[in-house]
Amino acid sequence: MSWAGKILRVNLTAGTVTSEPLNMDWARAYLGSRGLGSKYLVEEVSPKVDPLSADNKIIWATGPLTGTMASTGGRYTVITKGPLTGAIACSNSGGYWGAELKFAGWDMIIFEGKSPKPVYLYINDDVAELRDAAHLWGQSVWKTEETLKTSLQDPLVRVSCIGKAGENGVLYAAVVNDLHRAAGRSGVGTVMGSKNLKAIAVRGTKGVGNIRDPKAFMAATKAAKKVLAENGVTGQGLPAYGTQVLMNVINEVGGLPTRNHRDVQFEGAKDISAEAMVTPRATDGKKHLVTNQACFGCTIACGRISKMDESHFTVATKPQYWGASGGLEYEAAWALGAANGVNDLEALQYANLLCNEEGFDPISFGATVGAVMELYEMGVLTKEQLGIEAPFGSAKALAYFAEITAKGEGFGKEIGQGSKRLTAKYGHPDLSMSVKGQEFPAYDGRVIQGIGLAYATSNRGACHLRGYTIASEVLGIPVKTEPTEHNGKPELVKAFQDATAAFDASGVCIFTSFAWTLADVAPQVQAAVGEEYTVEHLTHIGERIWNMERDFNNNAGFTAADDKLPKRLLTEAAKTGPGKGVVSKLPEMLPKYYEVRGWNADGTVKPETRERLGL
Amino acid sequence: MQKVLHINPDKCTGCLQCEMACSFENYGVYATSKSRIKVFDFHHTGKKVPYTCTQCDEAWCLHACPVEAIKVDKATGAKVVNETTCVGCKVCTIACPFGTINYVQETGKVQKCDLCGGDPACADACPTGAITFIDANWTGMDKMKQWADKLGNQAAA
Repeated sequence: MSWAGKILRVNLTAGTVTSEPLNMDWARAYLGSRGLGSKYLVEEVSPKVDPLSADNKIIWATGPLTGTMASTGGRYTVITKGPLTGAIACSNSGGYWGAELKFAGWDMIIFEGKSPKPVYLYINDDVAELRDAAHLWGQSVWKTEETLKTSLQDPLVRVSCIGKAGENGVLYAAVVNDLHRAAGRSGVGTVMGSKNLKAIAVRGTKGVGNIRDPKAFMAATKAAKKVLAENGVTGQGLPAYGTQVLMNVINEVGGLPTRNHRDVQFEGAKDISAEAMVTPRATDGKKHLVTNQACFGCTIACGRISKMDESHFTVATKPQYWGASGGLEYEAAWALGAANGVNDLEALQYANLLCNEEGFDPISFGATVGAVMELYEMGVLTKEQLGIEAPFGSAKALAYFAEITAKGEGFGKEIGQGSKRLTAKYGHPDLSMSVKGQEFPAYDGRVIQGIGLAYATSNRGACHLRGYTIASEVLGIPVKTEPTEHNGKPELVKAFQDATAAFDASGVCIFTSFAWTLADVAPQVQAAVGEEYTVEHLTHIGERIWNMERDFNNNAGFTAADDKLPKRLLTEAAKTGPGKGVVSKLPEMLPKYYEVRGWNADGTVKPETRERLGL
Repeated sequence: MQKVLHINPDKCTGCLQCEMACSFENYGVYATSKSRIKVFDFHHTGKKVPYTCTQCDEAWCLHACPVEAIKVDKATGAKVVNETTCVGCKVCTIACPFGTINYVQETGKVQKCDLCGGDPACADACPTGAITFIDANWTGMDKMKQWADKLGNQAAA
């Protein structure tokens, strides 16, 4: 059946760890990972709960395809009520940890309460126990993993943990596994830290041995891998250039938000692009990129492994950063670069390494720095307050802010609160480029209309991974739509959002959807679990998940008024590029979106929609 | 023609499809812990290196076994553990200079790569060609070709 059929419940207040059977009705209806974990959360946690209180819960969840030979079947999701947004938070990661949890025989772990002292959870197949983490508290992600592997005398143990950012209440702290894969967004690491939970170390030797129809499953996974291999994006573009292949592409369509969204094209884009990463440096003649890397089971291998220029000012005296490590991916390169007008590739990688090392989201961090730089240029924030001169384009300021944010030192404490709180404090809330408190990712929501609507309606705040309409609006997948055209986008956004939720719930990576549709996922799920799962079933499950998340947010106090974009995107037209003169048509798209969703005009889910979806 | 597993680490992405294919072939389960081929991730250099038994002609494991549980498969050249004979004494694991034969506590026997009877699942599963199953006499073919290309295709002086 491919679900392990067991979940681990950890009460951190009482220090107890118990096993319970997976609710199979929910598993069938919500599949796994994002869907199933969210179902448990909404059933067990009040939407009104303070995200950083002991009453909140946090869940690590895998899907039915996690830990199998399905390509990219290594994903896991961390689900909780998020501290950055106050909305449901659900953040997905690759690497090897998710498969290891499944191999140990568990579908998910639910943490409740709050530990009186720092602890970590150690899982060795059936045996799971909370252990003292006093020696790990205050340590980085990298040091924590190293220490655990050494002290447990097991180099094969996999670790999912927080760094200093999660301990110090940075509101966009990440949960990091395998050194540089992260459940990066929405502050899931902050909730982990608030519970005094430092790490989950897992060793699983049992594996996944309950595929219902192994022969059909092997045939389905093989066919699906062939689709990935033969597709231009997943077979060539992503392995060769990674997600960074997008930097020049998005700049050309005039959709690369620059300097806190003042501009939509960045004159330095080429300097921080995939192409720049494979061009020998003037300083040492070496390329930034060392190799590509796959997550567990992935036949795409988009991950970037790079080495910094050892003479660069950020690391010249810090040899610990000279080895190969993860980055840069497109979102991080954009947020740390274009969003701040910084075109120094090495400085971006340095900041990115700190994000991995201490566990914080480079998107929210970079975008918050963008707001700080704008406030600095306006004279609202000064060198004395910030500790450094911080005009747009300052690589020195970027590196400095990355160093002080996770530690919560000086102005880093305020940067760690995100752009919404920071800009509000200094009297300019309109300068926070965020939705529901979560910062935008790397696509301009006014020039690319559909993605703007996707941001405004995303259940975890602004996000590109909840409905990646860029695929259609820029890349023509599955069909090309005009980026600046708003008609037809509500339907497009809904279709992407629902399909994405189904991909996520199955346990595979959403990047497969450059090549796969749900018609490629369905046969794999069906053979694995041994029950009928068609495209229609999966789409229905995706829509069910979307509406469940929406209900939670509505009950948490969000309304239609929160499905909004910053004033800048609605009133300040794009200055250059193919979308010159365009603003977001969100007010025209939103009512239509509610209509195609089957929601009321106030953004609440209609009873008949809830009934249709079995909610 | 005898064939061997040929490993090119430069092409390995670390996806572990080979490890899953191995455990599935031998145990019907996806479990990297049960795999007879392991991929090592050298983080500081970015190198990923798959490693398994090379099927030595004069195999240390075979000679060390006191109960003659390790036999040569004449068709494939693989050194194969006969589980019914193996007593789990682990002497072979000490004898092997490469560490590619290991004890399995669940069965009380040792396990090593047996080339899947001549159709290795790892090579079939590898998405990048980092693991291939090729003519034992021509493992140098690719390198020779690269040099031939370099030397023979230079512009005429």
